Amino acid sequence: MERSLFAYIWRYSRPEQVVILMLVVLAQVFYFMSLTVPKDVINNGIQGNAFKHHPTIPFLVWELDLSAILPGKVIRFFDGFQVDQLQYLVVMSFIFLAAVIINGLFKKTINTQKGRMGERMLRRLRYELYDRILRFPPAHFRKVKQAELATMIKDEVEPLGGFIGDAYVQPMFLGGQALTAIIFIMLQSWTLGIIVIVLLAAQMVIIPRLRKPVLVLGRLRQISARQLAGRIAETADGVNEIHVHGAANYERADISERLGVIFKIRFDLYQKKFLAKFWNNILSQATPFAIYLVGGYFAITGHMDVGAVVGVLLAYKDLPSPIKELIDWDQQRQDVQIKYEQVIDQFQPEGMMPPDLQAVPEGPPPPLGKELALAGVVVSEDGRVKQLDSVSLVLPTAARCAVIGGASSGKDVLGQVLARQVLPNGGSVKIDGQDFFQIPEYVLGARLAYIGQDTYLFPLSVRDNLLFGLKLRPVVPASYDEAAKLLRDTFWKESERAGNPPLDPNADWVDYELAGATGPADLLPCIVTVLKQVELDEDIYSLGLRGTVDAAARPDLAEKILKARHALHERLKGGAYAGLVEPFDKDHYIRNLSVAENLLFGTAVGKQFDGDNIAADPYVRSVLQATDLDVDLQRMGLSIAETMVELFSGLSPDNPLFEQYSFISADELPNVRLLLQRLGGKGIEAVPEADRTRLMTLPFRYIEARHRLGLIDADMEERILRARRTFAEGLPPSLHDAVEFYDFGRYNSAATLQDNILFGRLVYGQAQAGERIGTLIAEVLAELGLRDSVIDVGLEYNVGVGGKRLPGTQRQKLGIARALIKRPQLVVVNEAVAMFDGRTQDRIRDNILATATEDGRGVVWIANRANQAEPFEQVVVMQGGRIAAQGTPSDLAARGGLYAELMASA
Amino acid sequence: MNLNEEVELLKGVPIFSKVEQSKLKLLAFTSERVNFAAGQEVCHQGDPGDTMYVILGGIADVLIDTDKGQIVVAEMQRNSFFGEIAILCDVPRTATIKAREPLATLKITKDMFYRLVAEFPQMAVEIMRELAHRVEDTNQKLRAATRAA
Repeated sequence: MERSLFAYIWRYSRPEQVVILMLVVLAQVFYFMSLTVPKDVINNGIQGNAFKHHPTIPFLVWELDLSAILPGKVIRFFDGFQVDQLQYLVVMSFIFLAAVIINGLFKKTINTQKGRMGERMLRRLRYELYDRILRFPPAHFRKVKQAELATMIKDEVEPLGGFIGDAYVQPMFLGGQALTAIIFIMLQSWTLGIIVIVLLAAQMVIIPRLRKPVLVLGRLRQISARQLAGRIAETADGVNEIHVHGAANYERADISERLGVIFKIRFDLYQKKFLAKFWNNILSQATPFAIYLVGGYFAITGHMDVGAVVGVLLAYKDLPSPIKELIDWDQQRQDVQIKYEQVIDQFQPEGMMPPDLQAVPEGPPPPLGKELALAGVVVSEDGRVKQLDSVSLVLPTAARCAVIGGASSGKDVLGQVLARQVLPNGGSVKIDGQDFFQIPEYVLGARLAYIGQDTYLFPLSVRDNLLFGLKLRPVVPASYDEAAKLLRDTFWKESERAGNPPLDPNADWVDYELAGATGPADLLPCIVTVLKQVELDEDIYSLGLRGTVDAAARPDLAEKILKARHALHERLKGGAYAGLVEPFDKDHYIRNLSVAENLLFGTAVGKQFDGDNIAADPYVRSVLQATDLDVDLQRMGLSIAETMVELFSGLSPDNPLFEQYSFISADELPNVRLLLQRLGGKGIEAVPEADRTRLMTLPFRYIEARHRLGLIDADMEERILRARRTFAEGLPPSLHDAVEFYDFGRYNSAATLQDNILFGRLVYGQAQAGERIGTLIAEVLAELGLRDSVIDVGLEYNVGVGGKRLPGTQRQKLGIARALIKRPQLVVVNEAVAMFDGRTQDRIRDNILATATEDGRGVVWIANRANQAEPFEQVVVMQGGRIAAQGTPSDLAARGGLYAELMASA
Repeated sequence: MNLNEEVELLKGVPIFSKVEQSKLKLLAFTSERVNFAAGQEVCHQGDPGDTMYVILGGIADVLIDTDKGQIVVAEMQRNSFFGEIAILCDVPRTATIKAREPLATLKITKDMFYRLVAEFPQMAVEIMRELAHRVEDTNQKLRAATRAA
């Protein structure tokens, strides 16, 4: 990248800068007009100077005055219209108006052009920086903090956008203005002109010097702010460690110290800035001072006439502001130049990947080659400790080979070299004679998979993460309708103007062939196969059951789930499952649902009826009043409050029982106790209105079957059922979207798949009800062939930031599945199964090995336990960064030595 | 059965007999009622366990694995409790408990048990007393058995 911001701007925005410059020059004509027309209006239009001798004057005379070349020669094309004073005034006034409008339009156009150019350049710069991140050598990420990269691209280059528009125009324009004024002054008086120039020169020399420290401080401010961003991100990343080690206050100390330093820098900055401003003001007033003094002296002594001095003063009036702005511009220039340098310095590490290695492939990626040959490979972090020491190895890409060794044997580094995660410091890695490190990334991405010890997942759905490795190129362009196509075309044109690639993220990037499918339709079986290989299918299935499906988007699936509901309820009628599920019946009170759920008899959509909101909802209140239920519910609330006070009073407030079981939080309990004491056994009628609302929330959460306080008898059930009907019948249209009612014949898009199939609630207190019904649901789904569809829904589950919504083992399994679904020619498993239990490790290894053997694909298994190597054809034994032995397991076992030792200790 | 009836039942259980009514109510409220169908196993010998059960109604068989298969060694009825050994000593279940007829139990988790004991030390004393009684009972039986032998 260019070291100089100016060179960078000029290189990429030259034509636009020229256009803007021309617009600015053209605008001056109209600007001049808008200044001269008022003079004519006043002199001729109002005061009538030109009409003193003639009642009318010619207007719009069009003539060519050649008197400069041929004295007296004037070619007149048009004699003009004769206008009287009033007509003249009207016409000139409109001309003035037109000039003002044109002037304004010019300003608008110029500013828009400048803005667009600036934004384009900003976009280009940001893209280029991001592009560089993708080409950083892997080791560089151990040195830079991600938050710092983000602030640099996001915040630090931002001011550049504003400056770029003015980078060339501003100095030319202001310089032109200043030059005109100076020339005018010079024409009036040489002496005064020279004085003005000298004073201006002094200003232009002194002020930037005063501002130098400001710039230095500005740079410090930028770096310290960037580091602060890095530190804050560290706190978020290491928050568990901070809590576990009780280091919160040490962190506070560090941040406070940093903020102190930033404050100091910023305060110094203000001091220096205002000092510079002070001198700037003084110096700019020094010129009029000199004109007054010297010009006055000349006028008094008769060297100059008074008019000329006033003229100089008037001309000078126009001088300080362009000069000041020029100085400001210069200041800004240095500031952004520093910012620019500061940023790009961070984006040119040694050993960046050449751009063509990341080219977008034209068609399907070619195969990897047949044989990897490592010769004398050395890897050393600091040049002293050698993690790999002259490793030479020939490895057919179709080989199934295990690498074993102790903890510091270098086996993991070997795995990283094979995935190009680590660049060797010496030696060579060749694939069929070609340099392994010069193979384009897409070939490697498609043909070689690598799974390390920890997996990073993107905060997307399980599916998006799983298919991440198949997205090497846009395979099928997105289809747009006419209107959208036009929009997209302009969008891409703009992208190209800013040097961004016109790649479409909406296209289908998934290379189905890599996964062994022909298109989106038959991808699911491939996904399920891979999930089974890593034993993740059960987990995704569970996620699917807890997921929701919009019936409008997937009517077919909703229909099938309804079938499952019917089948399940058929089975439930059988004696084996009697009493495990209480089905939803709109004519029955459901004892395993809360009062709120019984009243609503549906799933709350949005916030209106969700949670405690239902108790305060005006419509619900009106229904309760209409059915005379409100006071009874409040009475129930009072009864619950009394029980809670009785049960939980003796407990310490931090007892987890509160959170798990109490209807009233530990903080609230004393208030409620106080309320009950004030009541002194009097009934609900004595409770003030404000407290009644609070009591109202309690019965809504009450589940008779679970809480067993005996508050809901047959009569109460009947009355709540009446309220349920009133609620449903009177529901105003505006609230229709706030609840999806339970209806046996309809799919409920707001509820989970499981709730849709179950259409009821597990009865509390039935031993193993959950497990047994879970198994029954699985059976029903399997019979209807819906298991894969449920998995399909589970694939939509969002894994959260860094995949943290999945447990660690599932994250890792998903990482392995992501590598396997590509059916890579060679997969490098670098102790990737270490976090699973021993049996799972072996099963996953066997699964990977079996499919690889079947398809004749290669596996390099860096074993976390040596005995994992047994089923492999080839075993490489490593020690101290070197290959100690190599051969088939039986050969190695016969030879004894390190192999036998490792096997014995595993 | 509602909470108050459960509390009445718990009062009849020896280890809880001296615990205040309100504490028993808390125990009942925070514990899960679990019903077992006839023939269903409550716990299986050798499995890890972290819950104790109080029988609120019905009869359960206590079975022990022997070389000749499972044999019934005892039966348990209302007010009996079992599983406390798993809670206190972290050992696998020492017997299989199977419902002979529909069985209603109160399931007290290890967590809950310790929390209650910590919160109300007097309950711990009652449990100690009860366990001591049991040891004494066993000793007496042992003495009687050795004398008989």
